[in-house]
Amino acid sequence: MRKQALTDEILLSIDKPARYIGNEVNSVKKDLKDIEIRFAMCFPDVYEIGMSHLGIQILYDMFNRMEDVYCERVYSPWVDLDKIMREKQIPLFALESQDPIKEFDFLGITIQYEMCYTNILQILDLGQIPLLAKERGEEFPIVIGGGPCTYNPEPLADFFDLFYIGEGETSYFPLLEAYKENKKKGGSKLDFLKKAAQIPGIYVPSFYEVDYKEDGTILEFRPIVEEAPKSVRKEIVMDVTDTYYPRKPVVPFIKATQDRVVLEIQRGCIRGCRFCQAGMIYRPVRERSLEMLKQCAYEMLRNTGHEEISLSSLSSSDYSQLQGLVNFLIEEFKNKGVNISLPSLRIDEFSLEVMSKVQDVRKSSLTFAPEAGTQRLRDVMNKGLTEEIIIEGAGKAFDSGWNRVKLYFMLGLPTETKEDMVGIAELSDKIARRYYEIPKDQRNGKVQIVASTSFFVPKPFTPFQWSPMSTKEQFIEKAKIVKEAVKAQLNQKSIKYNWHEADLTVLEGVLARGDRKVGKVILQAYQNGCIYDSWSETFDYGKWMDAFESTGVDIDFYTTRERDLDEVFPWDFIDTGVTKEFLKREWKNAMDEKVTKNCRMGCSGCGATIFNGGVCFEN
Amino acid sequence: MKIRIKFRKNGVMKFVGHLDVMRYFQKAMRRADIDIAYSGGYSPHQVMSFAAPLGVGITSDAEYIDIEINTPITTKDALKQLNDTMVEGMEVVAFKQLPEESKIAMSIVDAADYEVCFREGYAPSGNWEEKISSFFAQEEIVVWKKTKKSEKEVDIKPLIHTISTKDGKISMQIASGSANNLKPELVIEAFANYIGFDLKEFSLLIHRKELYANIGDENQKELISLENMGEDIE
Ligand code: SF4
Repeated sequence: MRKQALTDEILLSIDKPARYIGNEVNSVKKDLKDIEIRFAMCFPDVYEIGMSHLGIQILYDMFNRMEDVYCERVYSPWVDLDKIMREKQIPLFALESQDPIKEFDFLGITIQYEMCYTNILQILDLGQIPLLAKERGEEFPIVIGGGPCTYNPEPLADFFDLFYIGEGETSYFPLLEAYKENKKKGGSKLDFLKKAAQIPGIYVPSFYEVDYKEDGTILEFRPIVEEAPKSVRKEIVMDVTDTYYPRKPVVPFIKATQDRVVLEIQRGCIRGCRFCQAGMIYRPVRERSLEMLKQCAYEMLRNTGHEEISLSSLSSSDYSQLQGLVNFLIEEFKNKGVNISLPSLRIDEFSLEVMSKVQDVRKSSLTFAPEAGTQRLRDVMNKGLTEEIIIEGAGKAFDSGWNRVKLYFMLGLPTETKEDMVGIAELSDKIARRYYEIPKDQRNGKVQIVASTSFFVPKPFTPFQWSPMSTKEQFIEKAKIVKEAVKAQLNQKSIKYNWHEADLTVLEGVLARGDRKVGKVILQAYQNGCIYDSWSETFDYGKWMDAFESTGVDIDFYTTRERDLDEVFPWDFIDTGVTKEFLKREWKNAMDEKVTKNCRMGCSGCGATIFNGGVCFEN
Repeated sequence: MKIRIKFRKNGVMKFVGHLDVMRYFQKAMRRADIDIAYSGGYSPHQVMSFAAPLGVGITSDAEYIDIEINTPITTKDALKQLNDTMVEGMEVVAFKQLPEESKIAMSIVDAADYEVCFREGYAPSGNWEEKISSFFAQEEIVVWKKTKKSEKEVDIKPLIHTISTKDGKISMQIASGSANNLKPELVIEAFANYIGFDLKEFSLLIHRKELYANIGDENQKELISLENMGEDIE
C-alpha cells in the first residue's frame, strides 16, 4: 500500500486531507533505485492554487521524462496542518513518495507573486531546512527559485542557493548534468554552485556583493568570484512548438482553481503596456503552431478526462491562429460535453459569434480592461484600448443580447489626476447609456456593470519602474473619489464598484522593488507568524508593520520615493533582452503622453531581437 | 442503456470525499472512453448517480454508480478500459446492464454489510468479543442520535440485522438508505457503552462490504446485492 507521511488520525482531523496524499491520476511513480536526482518542485501556496499552475506541470513532465530524475510535487500545508506539523515535528514531504523534502537533491520553488514570500520560509521551516542559504550544510537540498518574481530576486537572496531566471525548458539540462558530474567527482556544494553560475540564466546570489551609497541606493553590485558573470541573461525557448508540453497533466482529486485543460497558445505580448511586467520580461512574442495545439487539446482531454478546456496567454486576441483554433475546439469537442472556456477577447464579430456558441449569453459577461478612466492616462500607459472601441464593442454585444459588463481599472498610475478617477465612473456610465439606447422592448432587462480597481504597483523591468507609488492613505482616498463619482452618474444603479485592499498593495510595492535589505523584513515577518499573506483570512498587516519597525527598514524608500533616472536598481544585473535605454525612452514617452506602436505595427527597438526569433522576425 | 458499476475504494483513497469521488468518476468515464449519456443545456452533465455516499476515512468493497450509456460495450471491455485509468486504491469490479425499468440504486438501498475493527492501540482490553452476542441479545439498544435540529433517543436494535465477531473483526448487517439509515460507528458506540468502554475518536477502521436492495416487502425482507440486479454484457 502507498506510504503515508501523515497518520490517519491527522488526515482525518484536517480540512481536505486529499491535498496531502498524492496518488492523483497521471502523477508519476518511479522506482528510487533507478534515480540519481530527486527534485522537489514546490508552489508555495495551498494545493488547489498550486495544482492550477501550468508552469509546474510543464516542468514536472519535462523532469520526469529524464530517466534518472524523479520530480515530485510539494505545496504549502494549510494552516491547520501547519500547526500539527510544528507540534509533532513532522518534516514536510513530497506528495509522490511521501518522503521528507530535506532528503532531496533539489528543492525548486516557483515564485509567482510577492505575497507568497513568507510561505517560502514556511516550506523551508516545515521541511526542517535552515532558512538562510549560508546556514545550510552539504546535507541539505540545493534550493532554487524560479518564476516571474526572480526578475528581482534580491529580497529573497539570503534564502536561495540559486535562482533560475527565465523559462525552465532550457538550462535545467546543463544544470542537472553539472550536478551529477560534481557528485561523481565528490565535489562540494560550493563547487557545484561555481559550475552553476556559469550556466546561462543561473544566478547564485552568494557570489555577489552590494555596496550602498549613503542615501541607501546602490553604489555597486559586483561578482566576488571569478565564475560569476557580471550580468545574467534570462533563458527563453525560441521554438515554443517543438518543445515540452505535458500531454498527461496531473488531475487533482479535489477541485483545483483551474479544473481544466489549459492550452498556452503563445508566450509574450506584442502590446507594450507600460505598467505590465509580463509584457516586457517575456518578450518577444512566440506563437505555438496550430497543429501542435490541436494535438495537445486532443491528447490532454483524453488523458485527463477534464470537461473543460481553456486558452492561456497574455493577449489571446493577438494570436494569429485564434479563429482556426477556437473553431476547431468547438467543432471537435462541443458535442462531446466539453466546455470551451474562452479567454477575454477583443469584442468583434468573430468573438461575439464564438461567445454565443459556447456560453449562455444571458449569464456571461463581457470583459474590458481599459485600466484608466481617460484617454490621456491610457496614452500614458500605452493601453491601446480607446473609448470608441469599448463603446462600440459593448454596443455590438448588447445588441446581441449581452447585459453584463466587467471593467478593470488601476488607481495610482503615474500622472493620475482627479479627472482620471472620475473618468472611471463616467466611462462606466457611458457604457450603461449605450445599453439603454436599445428600445425597451428589445432589451434583456437591466444592464449590470461591475467596475473594479486595483492599486498600481510599479514593477521592475517596466517603463514605470521609476515611478513613485501612492501611499495607503492616498489609495484609499482615490477609491473614495471613484465611489463618489459613481454615485453621481445617471445610471449609478446599474454600476457596482469594487476596490482592492490597500494594505497588501503597499507590501507588494516594497517586495517588488526591494533590495537585499528587505530580506530581513521578510524573515522577521515570518518569525512574527506571517504566512499565507495573499489570503485575507490569514493576512496580518500589524505583524508586517512590526517587522519593518524592528528591522528599521523604511517602507517609503521602496514605495513613494522618486527614483533618479540613473539610479542603479537591484535588478539591473539581469538582462531580459529589453534594454534599460528602451525602458527610459518609454518612461519619457509616457510623460509626454505619446503612444508607442505594438510589435506588429512596427518595431520600437526594445532589444529583444537578440533572441533571434519570434515576432521580431515575423516579416 | 442502463448500467450499474461496482467499485472498490481502498488505501489512501479513503481520504477522498464523496463529491470528489463523483468528479473522479466523471473524468474517468471520459478517460476510459465510455460513451456516457449527457443531459442537455449549456453545461451538460453526465447521467450518473451514486448509490450511497461513503464517509471520509471509510474503505469499501461495494460502491455503486448507475449511469446511462449511448453505445453498448461488453462488460469485459468496459472493465479493462476503466481499470486502465484507475488510480491505486480504486478498482472497478462490475459493469452490469440493468433492466430498463430499474430504479436508480440510490432509491433502493435497504441494507449494508460492514466490517469494523479497532485501530491498533485503540481496542478495549480483555475479551470484549465474547460480549457481542449478549449485546445483540438485548431487548432494545437505545442510543442518542443527533439530527440537524436536535438530539433524541432511538432504539437501533431493529436496524441491526446481524452482528458477530471473529479474530477481532466485527461484522454487521445494518439498515441503510433513505428510509432507515444506521451508521456502523453508532453501533460500535452503543457496544462500547454496553461494555463500559470509553471509545476515543479515530478508534475505528470501517470497511463497507456490500449494499443490498430489498425485493421482498417490509415484513418479509428479501435482500439482494445491488450487483446481482444486473447482467454482464457479452
Ligand atoms: S525588438 Fe521590436 S518587435 Fe521585437 S519585441 Fe522588441 S519592439 Fe517588439
